[in-house]
Amino acid sequence: MIKITNITKTYHTGGDIAFHALKGVTFSIGNGEFVAIMGPSGSGKSTLMHILGALDTPSSGTYALDGKDVSTLSEDELADIRGEKIGFVFQSFNLLPRATVLRNTMLPLVYAEVAREKREARAREALSSAGLDETHFHHLSNQLSGGQMQRVAIARALVNRPSLILADEPTGNLDSKTGETVLATFQKLNAEHGRTIILITHEQAVAEYANRIISLKDGLIVNDTSEHLKKILSHHHQYENFGHS
Amino acid sequence: MKTLDILEETYTALSANKVRSGLTILGIVIGISSVIAMVSIGQGAQTSIQSRIESIGSNLIIVMPGAERGQGFQVNAGRGSARSLTMEDADAIKKINNAKAVSSELSGRYQITSKGKNTNTSVLGATSAYPSVRNVEIDLGSFLTDLQVKSLAKVAVLGHTAREDLFGEGVDPIGHAIRIKGIQFKVIGLTKTKGASGFGSQDDIVFIPLSSAQRFLAGNEYLSSISVQAESAAAMSALQAEITDILLTRHRIVDPQSADFSILNQADIVETASSVTQTFTILLATVAGISLVVGGIGIMNMMLTTVTERTREIGLRKAVGGKRRDIILQFLAEAVMLTFFGGFAGIILGWAVSFGVTRAGLIQTRVSLFSIVLAWGVSGAIGIIFGYYPARKASRLHPIDALRYE
Repeated sequence: MIKITNITKTYHTGGDIAFHALKGVTFSIGNGEFVAIMGPSGSGKSTLMHILGALDTPSSGTYALDGKDVSTLSEDELADIRGEKIGFVFQSFNLLPRATVLRNTMLPLVYAEVAREKREARAREALSSAGLDETHFHHLSNQLSGGQMQRVAIARALVNRPSLILADEPTGNLDSKTGETVLATFQKLNAEHGRTIILITHEQAVAEYANRIISLKDGLIVNDTSEHLKKILSHHHQYENFGHS
Repeated sequence: MKTLDILEETYTALSANKVRSGLTILGIVIGISSVIAMVSIGQGAQTSIQSRIESIGSNLIIVMPGAERGQGFQVNAGRGSARSLTMEDADAIKKINNAKAVSSELSGRYQITSKGKNTNTSVLGATSAYPSVRNVEIDLGSFLTDLQVKSLAKVAVLGHTAREDLFGEGVDPIGHAIRIKGIQFKVIGLTKTKGASGFGSQDDIVFIPLSSAQRFLAGNEYLSSISVQAESAAAMSALQAEITDILLTRHRIVDPQSADFSILNQADIVETASSVTQTFTILLATVAGISLVVGGIGIMNMMLTTVTERTREIGLRKAVGGKRRDIILQFLAEAVMLTFFGGFAGIILGWAVSFGVTRAGLIQTRVSLFSIVLAWGVSGAIGIIFGYYPARKASRLHPIDALRYE
């Protein structure tokens, strides 16, 4: 579903000084995977997240999302891709402060031009998937707790039924207990609803909620547990075969 | 993004900060209302000046004795005392096709007495044509008839002020006697009040038959003015030229520069007065227009602040699929909505102000549909012009930068 081939991103910070944030990254993510992209700050994980989220385009290489090459689209075309295929969950929630929970959740539907009468039902559906209690639906978003805000943000990411949910340090502004429940929600969405989720984090503990961890350092992939897993699985297979025979 | 969604977003955004929106709107309200009020006052002044000028008669040309017509208003010194206009001149003018009616007049100031009261006022020798030419209406009794003019009757018609001075306010003077220059006249009528025309009160006057004035008061056959009413407003300049020709021929004058009479065209007076009031209206509207522009700058200022404050919101909107166009429309709609409401309130306030001016009896104002449409159009345009730059600025924010904005 996601196929990243040899992606680089170079920033020119004035004059001839070039900063290579990504130096050739290749991986693919299939439907229904729950992947964590991990790395310390400066590893290029934010840049990778921007490219995965169609917020930015790579300097070279290709990015195919659902079979469509996204790496060369115009700004408005990228906006369409974001609206249709990607749901964002940010560290700082980014809710509209003076709007109700329902209105916040419906915001992507406004830009997707979904008929007005269908919006509320879809927002309610997304909010209950995200695990927010119905009593909060008409509250203003700035009256909620951090955990509740992040659930609204998750619902907002779900409401457009995107192919991919991108969560950028979703627990960064939450205490560890609330963070755990939010991460559990992601796990549930992945396990029960088959959502594809990419989690960007710098914490090993957070990354371990995912089924696969891609580790970045200095703009390159240093470890991808799926390769590791394949090896283990193939070993396991051999043992099994061995046992049966 | 659908129109209804844009309106909803706009409404939410504006009502979120009511005080700021209100103050910004106030700038537009003041601008629009002053444009409406100033234009209506200017137009009202123009109408009232025109109607005052027209109250001395419609499509009027006045021929007066005197020197040649120079620049500006004719000096009054020779008027009435110069002896160049005669009844024969008036009769000749009557024969012109475009002349609807001709009124020959002889005016002078005399001492008038009645039962112990004594006043000095103008006495006008007139003919029966006078009321129709000079827009005089009779309140009580009747005006002078042709027969009375022909028979040198000693009868008089009083103006309102003259009646007050001679008999007191509200007294019916019909049938009473007055003495002009010692000669007794019988009052047969009272004219309706007209007010000042800019040429002295039209009410402080006594009318007597022209022939009587010539014989008993002036002692000669000359006229002090001939009022000619044209068939139509369009015929006035032609009529003026014809009268000039006829009188020059009759008085055997070759050079029009040395004519011994002067002609006052009412259209010229109206035009001069209108051009003065028009200039005045433009001046007022310009001052009001400046305040409108200041209001527009207030809107731009507010929108720029809003865009900065809501940078992260703009980033989010872009992240969830908002395109440049959506962002531009949203912020432009906010600016236009501000001016729209400001314009609406401004029209009501401007209307109220001009209504108040009318009620206070200062000037009969008139709010024209044109000025309303213009004011509203201008306020909408101000919203678009002053809202465009902030809206464009918002739409050009890069989503990543905007989301990271602190």
